[in-house]
Amino acid sequence: MSGNSSYNPTGAVEKWFDERLPIIRFSKEHLMDFPTPKNINYWWTFGAVLAFILVVQIITGIVLAMHYVPNSELAFDSVEAIRRDVNYGRIIQATHAVGASMFFAAVYIHIFRGLYYGSYKAPREILWILGVLIFVLMMATAFMGYVLPWGQMSFWAATVITNIFAAIPIIGDPILALLRGGFAVDNATLNRFFSLHYLLPFILAAVVGLHIWALHVPGNNNPVGVEVKSSHDTLPFHPYFTMKDLFVIVVFLIPFSWFVFFAPDILGHPDNYIPADPLLTPPHIVPEWYFLPFYAILRAIDFDMLFISSKLGGVIFFGGSIIVLFFVPWLDGSKVRSGNFRPLFRPFYWLFVLNFLMLTYLGAQVAEGIYVLLSKVGTAYYFAYFLIILPIVSRIETPAPLPASISESVLGKAEASGEKG
Amino acid sequence: MASEAATETTRRDFLYVATGAVGAVGVGAAVWPLIDQMNPDASVRALASIEFDLAPVGVGESFTITWRGQPIFVRHRTEAEIAEARAVPMEDLKDPETDLERVVEGKEQWLIMIGICTHLGCVPLGQKPSDAKGEYNGWFCPCHGSHYDIAGRIRKGPAPKNLVLPPITFLSDTIVKVG
Ligand code: HEM
Ligand code: FES
Repeated sequence: MSGNSSYNPTGAVEKWFDERLPIIRFSKEHLMDFPTPKNINYWWTFGAVLAFILVVQIITGIVLAMHYVPNSELAFDSVEAIRRDVNYGRIIQATHAVGASMFFAAVYIHIFRGLYYGSYKAPREILWILGVLIFVLMMATAFMGYVLPWGQMSFWAATVITNIFAAIPIIGDPILALLRGGFAVDNATLNRFFSLHYLLPFILAAVVGLHIWALHVPGNNNPVGVEVKSSHDTLPFHPYFTMKDLFVIVVFLIPFSWFVFFAPDILGHPDNYIPADPLLTPPHIVPEWYFLPFYAILRAIDFDMLFISSKLGGVIFFGGSIIVLFFVPWLDGSKVRSGNFRPLFRPFYWLFVLNFLMLTYLGAQVAEGIYVLLSKVGTAYYFAYFLIILPIVSRIETPAPLPASISESVLGKAEASGEKG
Repeated sequence: MASEAATETTRRDFLYVATGAVGAVGVGAAVWPLIDQMNPDASVRALASIEFDLAPVGVGESFTITWRGQPIFVRHRTEAEIAEARAVPMEDLKDPETDLERVVEGKEQWLIMIGICTHLGCVPLGQKPSDAKGEYNGWFCPCHGSHYDIAGRIRKGPAPKNLVLPPITFLSDTIVKVG
């Protein structure tokens, strides 16, 4: 959305600069004056929280890389040395490790916000797809980061996850050798994961740039899902939303700091304080909490389907659970964006949220008895929600009447028309 | 003029295609080393074979050694275990293989396998006497619950295949070479 610039370069130098590189104009348009719907609620602040954490991860990560040694003999001890010997290393390492968890907590809120308010619908499909891409890159980055301390969970997570690729027919085994650089996960694997773990966050930052670009073409969605109709519906981004976002970042830093200072390891697994042992699998492998729902889906497929083995089937469902997100803009056919006006959609949505939490719980349980059955039910609902419920509900439901404009939804009909008149 | 140029193959078209083709080969040649460097390097490939002596392993005992960074399970099976493995009907197997196909003839007591679950690569339990051995008295993979029998064949759980057999040769009565 250009053309809302109020930038008037004052003085010869500023003018001269603006004609050659209008970066100040650009920043003013996009970071300060950008018209933002005045009714957006706190769920809209998590994009800013995410941007903040990305910066925190990059800064703390670069510092860790100054002390970390990517060698299978030394990696474990080097992380311990960071925590014990490096000045403030205990806090910096904890910030990075806890930061990964906080990153996922924020991204899940951000994604579920989009799913409820229909933020993926036209004209924001590309914005949504870039978001899903960011999510995939985050998972790859966090997975490779988790391997770096080279504890038992690091090693066995690397083994199990790289093995997923081996399930692909024909090209699976060559891909596995390429990923690991050996017949098993070893030093070569650790080295390349470090290289990629350093690289990916910067690619992530670039995709975030595209994500924000794609946001600034149509502008923000909002809780009623009605497009901005006039300047009465918006407020400039600065100071109204910069301050609101900053406030939420500060509040978000409270649990973040609590973990960093008082419970830096509570989100991790104790087995990762045992150095990696290629001959001994821990009795119960659990991924980090943020991968659990997808891990539960992977394990739920323990039966063959026609010519597809259980192993390949698990991998297909695991990959499919993410890939399906790319298609949500077209699976949901409702013209009404916001769940607030979709009475039939809402119970299914909340059931989906509960189901996702259940899968998170199940991913951490042993693959036996009732847990296996529940994982299957959860997996079935996960896919049914996207592939059956969204397409059908969006075509049969009668949405509640929408307000005529954002102002009307905030102020009520009479006042809004009075304001316009 | 324009339509003429579009229909007729000229020397210029040939040069375009030829340049493009050479360029594509060149890019391919430059990219391949960048990909292939990720494959197992010479030092890894050099660890191709190991030899070990079975003499100290008593009947009913197991041990694990490393070959190419992977655990190799060696088990000295009892007569009862061999009989149990042979008695299993083929219809009960997910990946049908007779017990004889999994051992060297005349050395049926020695079961030598790569100790990596064919599901997602964990090391199954069952080598130590105190380990869980699963419902089929062989090996049990705790990661996602795969049960292997006393011939290392998959019986239950998500793993698709029997435990893989490494290439082995008996150099003498008790000396075995893997690889
Ligand atoms: C998208 C942002 C990032 C995420 C989600 C992320 C995630 C992680 C995770 C989960 C760990 C394991 C922590 C532990 O268990 O101790 C880790 C470790 C590490 N990361 Fe990152 N990281 C990110 C960015 C970066 C960047 C930009 C760098 C370097 C430039 C970096 C360097 C490191 C290093 C050296 C380690 C090993 C030390 C340690 O284990 O604490 N990370 N990362
Ligand atoms: S790795 Fe053995 S059951 Fe999954």
